[in-house]
Amino acid sequence: MTEKFVEMRHITKKFGQFKANDDISLSVHKGEILALLGENGAGKSTLMGMLSGLLETTSGEILINGKEVKMKNPREAKDYGIGMVHQHFMLIPAFTVLENIILGDEPIKRGGRIDYSGAEKRIKELSARYQLDIDIHAKVLDITVGMQQRVEIMKALYREANIFIFDEPTAALTPQEIDQLMKIFRALADEGKSIIFITHKLKEIKETADRCVVIRNGRVIDTVEVKDATEEHLAEMMVGRKLRNSVEKKQVDQDKLVLDVKKLNVEKNGWLGVKNLDIQVHTGEIVGVAGIDGNGQTELIEAITGMRKIKSGSIEIKGKHYENKPVRQITEAGVGYIPEDRQTVGLILPLTLAENLSLKNYYQKPANKSGVLNYQYINEHGRQLISDYDIRSQNEQVAVGSLSGGNQQKVVVARELASDPDLLIAANPTRGVDVGAIEYIHEMINNERNSGKAVLLVSFELDEILKLSDRIVVMHAGEIVGEIDPKDTSAQELGLMMAGKKVQANTQEAVK
Amino acid sequence: MKLKVKSSWVIPLVAIISGFIVGAIIMLIFGYDPIQNYASLFDGAFGGVYSVGETLRNMTPLILTALGFSVASKAGFFNIGGSGQYLMGWFGAIIVALKFSFLPGWLLIIVSILAGALLGGLWSAIAGVLRAYFGTSEVITTIMLNYVSLYFVNFAVKDWLAGKGEDSSPNIAAKASLRGNFLENLTANSTLHWGFLIAIIICFVIWFYFNRMKSGFELRSVGINEEASKYAGMNVKKTIIMSMLISGLLAGLGGALDGLGNFQNISVSNALPQVGYDGMAVALLVNYSPIGIILSALLFSALQIGGMSISVYSNTPTEIVSIVTAAIIFFVAIKYVIELLLNKRKNKPQKKEAVKEEGAGK
Repeated sequence: MTEKFVEMRHITKKFGQFKANDDISLSVHKGEILALLGENGAGKSTLMGMLSGLLETTSGEILINGKEVKMKNPREAKDYGIGMVHQHFMLIPAFTVLENIILGDEPIKRGGRIDYSGAEKRIKELSARYQLDIDIHAKVLDITVGMQQRVEIMKALYREANIFIFDEPTAALTPQEIDQLMKIFRALADEGKSIIFITHKLKEIKETADRCVVIRNGRVIDTVEVKDATEEHLAEMMVGRKLRNSVEKKQVDQDKLVLDVKKLNVEKNGWLGVKNLDIQVHTGEIVGVAGIDGNGQTELIEAITGMRKIKSGSIEIKGKHYENKPVRQITEAGVGYIPEDRQTVGLILPLTLAENLSLKNYYQKPANKSGVLNYQYINEHGRQLISDYDIRSQNEQVAVGSLSGGNQQKVVVARELASDPDLLIAANPTRGVDVGAIEYIHEMINNERNSGKAVLLVSFELDEILKLSDRIVVMHAGEIVGEIDPKDTSAQELGLMMAGKKVQANTQEAVK
Repeated sequence: MKLKVKSSWVIPLVAIISGFIVGAIIMLIFGYDPIQNYASLFDGAFGGVYSVGETLRNMTPLILTALGFSVASKAGFFNIGGSGQYLMGWFGAIIVALKFSFLPGWLLIIVSILAGALLGGLWSAIAGVLRAYFGTSEVITTIMLNYVSLYFVNFAVKDWLAGKGEDSSPNIAAKASLRGNFLENLTANSTLHWGFLIAIIICFVIWFYFNRMKSGFELRSVGINEEASKYAGMNVKKTIIMSMLISGLLAGLGGALDGLGNFQNISVSNALPQVGYDGMAVALLVNYSPIGIILSALLFSALQIGGMSISVYSNTPTEIVSIVTAAIIFFVAIKYVIELLLNKRKNKPQKKEAVKEEGAGK
């Protein structure tokens, strides 16, 4: 193969006594796409942190183009041609795309003026060459997440990066944007750039990567040629055990109606986000709502859970009306809700694990005795849930914000299931969570179904919808455009419907 | 985790020491003797039972305006209206003490204190209601309410309480006063009054409220994340109004105690009472900790009381104390820089903390 661009040899990184990286070696060649696979907390980000100058190694060496280098800060890493695209973009929303790209490396004309036209010309050349579709005069706050990411890539290209590090680049993207990103990866590699991307999504690795380094507990488990490895094998290496690909669906009564939504209209920024929508969920069934992000799913579940006012229509839970009722009243009606965004909605990050686990019952006996909180009970309750739901944490007193994404999500799931709801509403319950935790959360949701509870599942992950649902409805532009049986559909067919094609809608009416 | 616990003490301490150093440097530049001046400052604040009494008395309103500011801040609001709420509290207590003087002493004191606190609370709740229902910035409304209270109190004192041609109300009856023979004998006739004890007790009450009570938990939750609090089923609007009410209640209580214990009457004034703003500094120094406020108020009170004797024993202007105070606040404000310097000094292992913080964001 061609020359090695980057080589990391026997890298160890200790935080106090804890070895985050233990004797890790890897290399990337010119024009290669290398995937770094591992669960949350496996040490991937730490490793890339050292390569991008954010962290210093405890021992081991880093070679770039065969020469050993010591990088003390990200600036130096940049000078070696290393470009990092963070999971959370480092862009200034009020600035234009162009301004964001040149920020910190502004080309200066005589007299100290910024050479905008020169920069623009260069960016246009680069975007043509790498097929990066960006609108350089738009403000960052007006562009999509996918385009923001392309701006980040352009920032690195503009600085003549040769090695691109991506930290979970697809976490916030829609399926279409993911496809586009994969094409960009290819284009970059074809031009001789090297790419390292951190991920725990196996499909992406199969699609684009040349080689894959699997990391678990800070050690390299194996480095494999992607074309020789199956997804199952990769997953097993990552979590260290066999994973189950399906859930066991028991025969349960599905005859009682739990959630009955009729002719629901919900406003979103002045127009209808949900239009005349009907949806029913019965006991013992999981109804999956498939659709591309932004087609009214968020508004639908926020309306049902009381987080958002409705314009018209009816929402019945177990035969009682709950339109525009306070959130707490709906919770007490037996509704558990795993929100889409655990960081800003589902959890209060600076509060302790125990407090977060009690967010839905802190005001009731025995947690609350006439206005005074019984912390003995709250902590005990916390410890109980931590062990019941396998939440990995030192104790119940740590701030929930210090846990990994997967564990944070388990906290939300534990709290919502602990109240034994009759209706569980789960919005993207496994977003940004690693395979092991995904399996666990899926099992938990399916257990609810098997014990006769009703589940409304909204997800952008088609695999998740197909794996869990008893029925699938597809949402597009605020409406339900069709209903299908997951047993006789495929991801392709679903994808078409999500894009708004009503082709299947008629034939599937019969299944209802 | 360990570092966090420590830094909650380290930052204020470093800020205080730096503040004194800056004060000393400025004194040296202008040819004054810092050692002599700090010695007389200390002597003025703690040099005898009388000084101690004065210092403690001066702490009382500082503690309460600081607590008031803390409650609002914990709920995520910047209540700059402490001055106005304090003034309303002072006014409320005095007017009740004067107009209901037929009541027996103990009842009169209680009713006057409650009236003052309540008036301060309602005053601040106006900003709370505006914020909860109309999203009006509490920064603007509380500043405006400060001026409304100043001119309203001036008008009311002149028109309702003061005699013809006078600028202040008559003194309250001795039975309505918070001063007492016991404290006067103890502190060589200082102005220390029972309000001090009330203020200290309230600090513990607020600590308990924040850390053990359901309503305090809701207040903190809303302060950190409104959306998640709504999701948890909390009544966010109610909590907002409640926090502003309690915040004003405390500042108003400060005014009531100061009125009944210290001033004994109320006068027309040109400017808003400084203590409302000083309370913000007291709270900021200890990052809103109700127990820390006791120590922080002691420091600021000592600076104010002791500062007065600086110009008695030398020709240094008293204003040097304001520079020290300002410098302390400045160093608290740049605590991030202090943290950075402390971490650098301890060298590499600390980098871990920074990364952990970043990791926590994911």
